[in-house]
Amino acid sequence: MARFLFRRLALGLLIMWLISLAVFALFFIAPNDVARTLAGRQATPETVALISARLGLDQPIWKQYLDFLGKAIHGDLGYDYYHQVPVTEIMAQALPITLSLVAGGAIIWLVMGVFNGVVSAIRPRSFVDRSLTAFALFFYSMPTFFLGLLLLYFLYYQLTVAGYPIFPPGGYAPLSDGFWPWLQHMILPWFTLALVSAATYTRLTRASMLEVLGEDYVRTARAKGIRESRVITRHALRSAMTPIVTQFGIDVGALVGGVVVTETVFSLPGLGKTSIDAINQQDLPVIIGIVLFASLAVVVANIVVDIFYAVLDPRVRLH
Amino acid sequence: MSIVPPHDPTDPTAPRLTDLEPKAEAPAFLTPEAGDERPLQARHIEGRSPWLLAWQRLRRDRVAMVSLVVIGLIILLAIFAPVTTAITGHPPNEQYRETGLSPDGLPLPPSSEFWLGTDDLGRDIFVRIAYGARVSLLVGVAATLMTVLIGVVVGLAAGFLGGAVDTLLARLIDLVLSIPFLLVAIALVSITGPSLTVTVLVIGFFSWAAVARIVRGQVLSLREREFVEAARSLGASDRRIMFVDIMPNILAPVIVYASLLIPVVIVVEATLSYLGLGLAPPTADWGGMISDAQNYYTTAWWFMVFPGMALLMTTLAFNLFGDGVRDAFDPRSDRIFE
Repeated sequence: MARFLFRRLALGLLIMWLISLAVFALFFIAPNDVARTLAGRQATPETVALISARLGLDQPIWKQYLDFLGKAIHGDLGYDYYHQVPVTEIMAQALPITLSLVAGGAIIWLVMGVFNGVVSAIRPRSFVDRSLTAFALFFYSMPTFFLGLLLLYFLYYQLTVAGYPIFPPGGYAPLSDGFWPWLQHMILPWFTLALVSAATYTRLTRASMLEVLGEDYVRTARAKGIRESRVITRHALRSAMTPIVTQFGIDVGALVGGVVVTETVFSLPGLGKTSIDAINQQDLPVIIGIVLFASLAVVVANIVVDIFYAVLDPRVRLH
Repeated sequence: MSIVPPHDPTDPTAPRLTDLEPKAEAPAFLTPEAGDERPLQARHIEGRSPWLLAWQRLRRDRVAMVSLVVIGLIILLAIFAPVTTAITGHPPNEQYRETGLSPDGLPLPPSSEFWLGTDDLGRDIFVRIAYGARVSLLVGVAATLMTVLIGVVVGLAAGFLGGAVDTLLARLIDLVLSIPFLLVAIALVSITGPSLTVTVLVIGFFSWAAVARIVRGQVLSLREREFVEAARSLGASDRRIMFVDIMPNILAPVIVYASLLIPVVIVVEATLSYLGLGLAPPTADWGGMISDAQNYYTTAWWFMVFPGMALLMTTLAFNLFGDGVRDAFDPRSDRIFE
């Protein structure tokens, strides 16, 4: 197990290093005129050169990269070009918002997906099963931003016009403002995220449950006279959860970089929105910081899933 | 649509197509026509390839056929987009500032003049949806083709050649799958400037890894099969075994994956243009239209709803059709909808 862990971590580090290399090359080789933009339109070439030197942009690319890597290992991702704020500080401000969004959304879609999947699997091809799968497929086909706008139109605008101003049109309220305002701001983004993702889980749970319900030990459990509800929750669902947990780990890891759209629709200043703003003003240190962080989330999630798998199934460790 | 046999039937090294997965209906090969009273030897027994069987199953699938018709209509709308201009008399980028906007300068609701209303610049939304279909379908099909092409070649090479090539390519697949796709895609497009080619390339570049992973897995088990050994003992080259012997066997899962990838790609394209990285204005594009509509969703619901419905109908039709294709190739698989 120790060897497997070590190999998996080494591989993760290698991938992170390659991503840092690729991302750095991508953004620094591409023509950019940040120094000129910062200097303003009337700046003399000397001013531009000065700014270039201050940002370290006049150095050869490999030197810039080594410099960046050396600092990044010590948790220093540099400063943003415009306000000289440390990138780590910008990210630390945005992270709680993204985490609120991902955590809430993930819980909702997991509960909804697994519940619907189990209900579907109990009576396959019944009316309930068909309705639930139709519901799942409808939201699976729904583009996130369109769903977000529809929710805003009906639940913010129409409700407010009707005299029930429950949901705000967007924005974020930190938990320090109180639980209720925070919840009000998060509910619509959560459901936007969750409804689109729940479909995959409904389907996965349904397939996995149908397979497990056909197993001998489920029949044995029933033969022993255990109540059906207990057979389903304790015996079947427990082993049917393995593929679901795997998918969940991968999805949550990918979400840190994937919440861009939801954050844009609801103007939540999380990591996604911050990165879009940074991209629009070519703020390279911020872009690189967020992209690396989002990749790290994917890599870590993959390692956690692999370890989870290896603990459950010893054969995996050999490969 | 015709089903082309994926190999030359006269080629003795080619695998028998019955090696393909669907075995559930194998006896159907021998099922005589109903009501035929002649003795078995006298009847003409039609050989049906798995491809033909899959097509026949697909044709019996009502949901998939309805989806196919919807997809066909959307394709027709895209091809004959200029006809909508001819009928309504409104070019897609013409701004009707006098007749297409309210006195306050707001979009107008659907009317006999503007069937689906106007947008914030007084342009005809119906005509722009028709032109926007071109972008969605073009990117959807082109990026999917590119994804599948790269994915199949890389997956074949990794799975078949093995050894160092496999290790290297497998790491590359892991690497691409770990990159936060949307973030990097947005950053890339913002550097290069948006265009149809860039969008297709970016989507293709980040999506092939998933296909390669599936293909590699299939090839790993296929290359141990007897027909590969037979081909090799007949002196076939690696390239021939890869593309002539193994390839037809992975086509079914690849086709299924591709048909389900198209709607995903269409959503990604719309998402990019929603985030302001689609085609440069004034080109009509569904994602871009919805993005413009976001500022007006309280005053002009039609501006947001109609392009959104067009997008949703397209992805829904492709998903339902793709699900039918999956079922046709593997009847035992779990259907999402029936």
